[in-house]
Formats: sequence, C-alpha cells, structure tokens
Amino acid sequence: MPLPRAPGLGFKSEHFDAIRTTRPALGFLEVHAENYMGAGGPPHRQLATLRQDYALSLHGVGLSIGGPDRPDQGHLRRLRDLISRYEPASFSEHLAWSSHGGDYLNDLLPLPYTPETLQIVCDHVDEVQSTLGCRMLLENPSTYLLFAQSTLPETTFLAEVAGRTGCGLLLDVNNVFVSCTNHRTDPVDWLASIPLHHVGEVHLGGHAREDLPSGPLLIDDHGCPVADPVWQLYARVIAQAGPLPTLIEWDNDVPDFPTLLAEAERAARVMAQAAEAV
Amino acid sequence: MTAFDRTLTLTATLAAALTMAAATASVAEDAMEKCYGVALAGENDCAAGPGTTCAGTSTTDYQGNAWKLVPAGTCMTIETPNGMGSLEPIES
Amino acid sequence: MDHATFTTAFRAALFGGPPPPGAFANDPDEVERRFAVYRNNVAHSLTRALACRFPVVERLVGGDFFAATARVYLQEDPPASPRLSQWGQGFAAFLERFEPAAALAYLPDVARLEWQRGQAYHAADAGPVSAEALMQAAADPGRHALRLHPSVAMVRSRFAVVSIWEANQPGQRPGGHLRANRAETALVLRDRADQVPVIALTEEEALCADALLRGATLLAATAGTEGSAAMRLLPLLMRVGAITGIAEQG
Repeated sequence: MPLPRAPGLGFKSEHFDAIRTTRPALGFLEVHAENYMGAGGPPHRQLATLRQDYALSLHGVGLSIGGPDRPDQGHLRRLRDLISRYEPASFSEHLAWSSHGGDYLNDLLPLPYTPETLQIVCDHVDEVQSTLGCRMLLENPSTYLLFAQSTLPETTFLAEVAGRTGCGLLLDVNNVFVSCTNHRTDPVDWLASIPLHHVGEVHLGGHAREDLPSGPLLIDDHGCPVADPVWQLYARVIAQAGPLPTLIEWDNDVPDFPTLLAEAERAARVMAQAAEAV
Repeated sequence: MTAFDRTLTLTATLAAALTMAAATASVAEDAMEKCYGVALAGENDCAAGPGTTCAGTSTTDYQGNAWKLVPAGTCMTIETPNGMGSLEPIES
Repeated sequence: MDHATFTTAFRAALFGGPPPPGAFANDPDEVERRFAVYRNNVAHSLTRALACRFPVVERLVGGDFFAATARVYLQEDPPASPRLSQWGQGFAAFLERFEPAAALAYLPDVARLEWQRGQAYHAADAGPVSAEALMQAAADPGRHALRLHPSVAMVRSRFAVVSIWEANQPGQRPGGHLRANRAETALVLRDRADQVPVIALTEEEALCADALLRGATLLAATAGTEGSAAMRLLPLLMRVGAITGIAEQG
C-alpha cells in the first residue's frame, strides 16, 4: 500500500506520548531507519505501537547510494529486516554519499552529476530495490557547492535514475529552494524540469540563512518552520500534481507537538485549496 | 563450619533470597508501567548542522602546545589525589 | 578523475586541506566557505552524536573541551556503520591516552559506564522469569543458574564512577567533596519500565553478580560470599526484571 496522499510528520521520540494519547489525524509517520537497528528496547516498542495507528515511511540516511562503493550488505540486510518487521508503506533514501572506505561520516555529501555517477547510482538503486524487494524513492539533496565535472543538470540526473531503475522520487521542496538559492538559479525552472509523475512523496522542512558576499547561503538545518517561499513552491507542485504524501521535517530545536502539527495542518490546507481550485 | 554446613547455610539463605525475589515479581509488574524509556540514542537524522561559521574540524596536534583548552565542567568539583579537578593546561 | 578519487579527495578535505578538485561556486572566492558547510556538518553532527552517548563525560569536562576532544576522536576512530548507537566503544580507551584529559583519571571509566548504558538501552528484549520457576530453582541451587536479561552488565572501577555519574545527572550538581579515588562497581541494565538505572554494588554483590553473569550456578555464585550479598542482589534483579530464565546445569 502506498503512503496516503496526506500530511505526515517525522517522528521524534519526545512526541511519543502526545501522539499516543491524542492520535492526531495524520496520513503517516516517518522515521529514520538507522535509529531502529538495535536489537530491542524502547525504540522498537515505540515504533510497534505507532505502527498500529499509522502508515509508516522508512527513511534511510546511511546507504550512501551516491558513493563509489556498493551499498553495505550488512546495512541492506538490516533494512530488509526492518521492512519485513514493520511493513512500511514507503522506503526512501538520498541522492548523496555518507560513507567512505568503511567509515560513516554522518552527512549527506554531494556528488558531481556525470554519466559515470549516473551509472553508479542506477546500479546501487537497482541493488537496493532487488534486495529489499520494493520500489524505493530517491530524494534530491540540498547542496552548497557545484562541481566543474558535472555534465548533467540535477533534474536530468534524477529523471534518468527514475526512468532507468523504476524508482520513484522524493521531492524535497525545501532542498530545491535551498540549492537553487545557493546556486543563484530559479527553483521554478528546477520544478518545471522534474517529472512530477515520478514523485511518491514530498518533504518540507525549515532552513537557516547566512549571508555571503554574493548573496544568501541557505543551510538545510530542519530547525525552524517551513519558509514562506517554500510553501509557495509547494502549492505550485500540488496544483500541478494533485495531493501528495507530504512530510514535515523538524530535527533541530524540535518544537512541542502542537507546533509541529500546525505545520502538517498547513500542508493539508494547501492540498484542500488545490482540490477546490480544480 | 564444615564445607557441608556452609553449603547448607548458603542453600537456606538462597532459598530465602529467591523467595523474596519471587515475591517482588508481582509487585514489580504492577508498579512499573512501561513509560517507553528515556531518549538515550545517538540518533541519526538528515538535518544539516550549523553553517559555515562554527569551529570546524580541529587538526591541531593535541600533544603539542597548540592545545589550549582545559577541562572546565563539573570535574572541577571532584577531588582527585592531584587536587580538585584539573585547572592547569597539560605541559608538553 | 573517477568517482572514487573524487570522494577520497572530498573526504580528505573534510578534515583539513583544500576543497576537492572541481568544487566551484559562481563566486570563486566563496568555495572555501561553502565547503565549510560540509566540514561543519560532519564535525558537528558526529560531536553531537558522541555527546548524546556520553553526556556525563561532556558535563565533566565542559562543552568546549568535549567538542574539541570529539574532533580528535572522530578522526582516530570514526563510526564504522551508519548505526550511530554503535559508535563510541573505543572512546574510553581513547580518553585513557588522551593527554589533555590525563588529570581526570576517572574519565575513561565514566565513559565505559555510559557506553554500557547505551548498549543496555538497545539490548534485545526478554521477559522476566515467573515466580514459580524461580522457586523451583531455589529447591536445588547447586544445579540451577540464572539467565539474565541481555542488557545486564557490570562496570568495575578503581574510581567512584557511580557517585560521579549520579552527581552529574540532569538536575543534579556535584557538590562538596566528591572523592574520585574510591573503588565502585556499577550494575547497568534496562528495567521493566525501560529505564536504564546505574546501581552501585558492594564488593560481595559484585562478585556474586559477576559469577551469575558468567553462568555459574546459584550455589557456586554465592559460595565465595556471605549470604547477605544474595539477599540483596537476587530480589533486586527480580524486581527490575533482570532474571529472564533458569538454566539447569549437569
């Protein structure tokens, strides 16, 4: 079963009691897969409890799909076990790399977009999908630098991966805004060149801003409400693609649960308004 | 006390201890509702950090004079044979 | 430059050195500052992950010292897997040879204690044994050993690690004269409420618990001790849910 075309929230353990007692109307909850790879204990108990009431989106941060090496077999096995245990409606990962030579660097690091890296990413996505036995979604990254060796636009790269592997896309609208702002390009153009029919989920999160001599540098820190220009881009996506499973991400300075829920309700209003306009 | 006597005594003590232990089981089950624990994870997330202006990585040689920091937390209230805490930089 | 070469250069740049070949920005003067975002993300996120795992160590040495220490540690012993809960096993041994913290001789054992707490938190689940089964074991303690919960572990120290740990919990502040040079043994486990307490054991209780953990029969585990250790330890283990079964020997 796919994710409901409704708002969802990134689950934070400090919100467990609030969710369990108030059972808010949410389409789904999303968790970071790596936090549920211990043998037992509270994380699994919480997840099993939540799973009774909500569809689950499993979001990985550690597969290093954009790295040169094959995905770690042990990590893939742990993902497969998690999927068979919790039966999530979706599994997603990032167009980025995070491991190098067996060391895990804990950040989503960028790659040049070339025919070589396209082939690598496609091979890795193929392997992930065949090992996990399901279609995955691949998320566009926030980037802070460009690379001279890149020969493909990011949107072409993503569309090619989706076309060749059959994977879906996770469209992080905040990441689109962050990257385009950082590289002084127009996020509307970016969105116009991405095949929206491949999009299986949307992410919305907050970003921070610094000022460089040439203009703003936005940092994808998930530490505040979704910015207004990101909401506007989101409304544009929804107007075009119809309602989509939409996640609110807030990982730093996590607010109280009602504040988070208000963000999800805002996404619901955008989807409702788009439906009325049709 | 012979070894045999000692074993008998220990067996009796163990019986008493285990009886007490068994009696605590039902009380414990009632009293300790799962509260789903404390958050104790070094948790993964996919958020970025603090931008361009924080300290960044230190590549200084900590065995040399480059290391200027001294421990300055609650260790200063804990008594060791060398005195309270550690207030002097390490001489290299 | 193939992709492997690129990622190797990028990784080297994360820990010093110039940004990787090909990195550019519309304003070339900004490449260094933009690359610093990645540098900071890696250093900051791993430092925070380590601090989550070792909060008492962080409190003992203070945030600045801890962050600087973490940045040395993460280059010497980076995570070997994306499961950050598994990172930091070598932190105690690192602190032992980390000269700037040498005056705090108890620090490595505090790190060992915190590492065990993290392990206990994520340890496999196992339900408590029934009172009836326990009573059956009591009838023949020379033939029965206890199965203990996978989270149960002990940390022995020449230092007052339990007192130091307790005095540095949220809301507590170490006051007066907490003497570090006093041997203490900590029992760590995940209890029935999913909390991970740190319990101080006497020397006799520690001997007994150690033998039980190694699978000795109840009789053998208490043979070298006065009975009073068992009188406190066994009800305690049962109350917290740490006895999960009975194993018959021989």
